[in-house]
Amino acid sequence: MSTVALTHAPGQSRAVPRLLIGLAFALTAIFVVAPLAFIFWRAFAEGWAVYLKNIADPLVLHAIWLTTLVAVIVVPVNIAFGIAVAWAIARFRFPGRKLLMVLIEIPFSISPIIAGICYLLLYGRQGLLGPWLAAHDLKVMFALPGIVLVTMFVTAPFVVREVLPLMQAQGSEQEQAAVTLGARGWQVFSRVTLPNIRWALLYGAVLCTARAVGEFGGVSVVSGSIRGQTNTLPLQIELMFNDLNTTGAFAAASTLTVIALVVLVVKAALESRR
Amino acid sequence: MSIVIEHMTKSFDGTAVLRGIDLTIESGELVALLGPSGSGKTTLLKIIAGLEWPNSGRLAVHGADWLHLAAQDRRIGFVFQHYALFPHMSVRDNIAFGLSVRPRAQRPGKAVIAAKVDQLLEFLQIAHLGDRYPAQLSGGQRQRVALGRALAIEPTVLLLDEPFGALDAAVRRDLRAWLRQVHDETGSTTIFVTHDQEEAFELADRVVVMGEGRIEQIGNADQIHDHPASPFVARFMGATIELPVMLQAGRAEAQGLDPSRLPRRALPDGPATLFLRPADVTPLADPAGRWQVAHRTSNGALLRLELTDGTGQFGIDLPRRAPEAQGLVPGARVNLRPEAGTIFPGPRALASQAATAAFPRKEKSL
Ligand SMILES: Nc1ncnc2c1ncn2[C@@H]1O[C@H](COP(=O)(O)OP(=O)(O)OP(=O)(O)O)[C@@H](O)[C@H]1O
Ligand SMILES: [Mg+2]
Repeated sequence: MSTVALTHAPGQSRAVPRLLIGLAFALTAIFVVAPLAFIFWRAFAEGWAVYLKNIADPLVLHAIWLTTLVAVIVVPVNIAFGIAVAWAIARFRFPGRKLLMVLIEIPFSISPIIAGICYLLLYGRQGLLGPWLAAHDLKVMFALPGIVLVTMFVTAPFVVREVLPLMQAQGSEQEQAAVTLGARGWQVFSRVTLPNIRWALLYGAVLCTARAVGEFGGVSVVSGSIRGQTNTLPLQIELMFNDLNTTGAFAAASTLTVIALVVLVVKAALESRR
Repeated sequence: MSIVIEHMTKSFDGTAVLRGIDLTIESGELVALLGPSGSGKTTLLKIIAGLEWPNSGRLAVHGADWLHLAAQDRRIGFVFQHYALFPHMSVRDNIAFGLSVRPRAQRPGKAVIAAKVDQLLEFLQIAHLGDRYPAQLSGGQRQRVALGRALAIEPTVLLLDEPFGALDAAVRRDLRAWLRQVHDETGSTTIFVTHDQEEAFELADRVVVMGEGRIEQIGNADQIHDHPASPFVARFMGATIELPVMLQAGRAEAQGLDPSRLPRRALPDGPATLFLRPADVTPLADPAGRWQVAHRTSNGALLRLELTDGTGQFGIDLPRRAPEAQGLVPGARVNLRPEAGTIFPGPRALASQAATAAFPRKEKSL
């Protein structure tokens, strides 16, 4: 036995790992860090006062508010949906179970803009349900319901994908034990099932929030981009950019970026807990 | 609480797992379900607990039909093979669970529950572990907590699925005696599943041997050992030598076989199969004997001789210092004198075919 501590396999050069590590850092810096830094640099290019003025713009504030509202509606609904689907797939055998597992992945594999167009064709004025909706004076397209629906579609898989593998791995013995001890359905869920999946659930919710806040493609189809009404933050940023108000666009973008970074930190914290 | 099971069947996706179970268990009895993997032991236990439902049959406990009773209302204590403790609750909270989920009107006060938990911790000899979490316990300690959690609701029926399956031999022996004591002190009717014969016979009042979804035999150790009811039980109890014989006036006759120690059996004349345990055979040295010693191995106390007659080979065990053992080196020829054995009518091939047809081997789908 050699007494020399080996930090790498003998006979293997250290150059290759070093090169790869350096490359990874360099690429991350070029493609991720630099653009992000640029956003903040541009946002503050004309000083704090201008930055605050840009953020305080009523249109921007409204976009922030709308984006938050959408997330506040979508995330809880997706948590409930995610738990229900994961529960059904993990605990029961039923015809169409495999199909359901494939279906919930669809939003990941198709482009959000297609989702937007589908909703437009379904609920739009010329759409399948359009006349009925018009007759009942319900406005789905170019209004909050449409934005919420599309965002919901795009973010549907996040919670299920986190919770399902965990529920499958844990099996149902703990729940069965709770039942034999006299626990009713809701007690089993709240006292045994939920505590077991709480971190995965939170993690899924965080991913879902990040996506709901940042969604652009699908929402841009169904929102109609009505200033001060149906513009979410990503849409507002694009609008300002097209208006050549770059400082304003970067100010708004920095807000969105801050939200994303906060979510990222929460996600990292959750990951270390698991 | 007596448990009566009648004509119970259960299949999963068209595969029969229970094929007609009839079983009566008296109040206060401690019964072992013994059988090979996949024989349906867990399924039967889960049906009694209300975690599975049978396709047909009856389940009555203390005269009441239990198939119309939800699991929550059966008040049984179920101990899972892998304990199924709640990992996010302390030992104390695990044990208190069954009491704390009762409807408000029947729920004991906090102080009463705490006192009850303390008492159980004491009784289970884990008083010092109350504030730990399941992940911080050894297997044997987890087993005690699982039992404590089940006992907290004062179950009338206690069901244990391989309670000691995951523990090492010394801990198993400890817990075995301890479980007997728990059973006697609580007075519950207890059924436990095992595939360890020794455990079943040592612990239980009666042993139910199951094979492929049927009850093969019910009895105590001596009955099942000396009079296995079927070739399946004989094999499961370790009779690995199967010799074709001819029955004549109740005696098993075959070339090279001295049947003088076997009692006469009231069976019709004709071909039959003699089932023997390797330790129940005495070799008789004879230069013209039917079998030849092929190998001779020793573990210090016991000698194992592999015998062959050209068509088949089997091993017999005898004490190393037994006088018969001297001179039985490879190449020596012997005849055999069975000291005990079981005879089933029908030639050997037929007997084993019938046995495999009646108990088709299935792979466990896990
Ligand atoms: N939920 C299920 N779905 C489909 N098949 C099942 C299910 N549960 C059990 N089985 C099948 O039923 C048969 C009996 O299973 P069971 O768990 O009762 O056996 P066991 O006697 O307890 O075996 P072991 O000693 O290995 O625990 C097995 O073939 C098993 O594959
Ligand atoms: Mg089992």
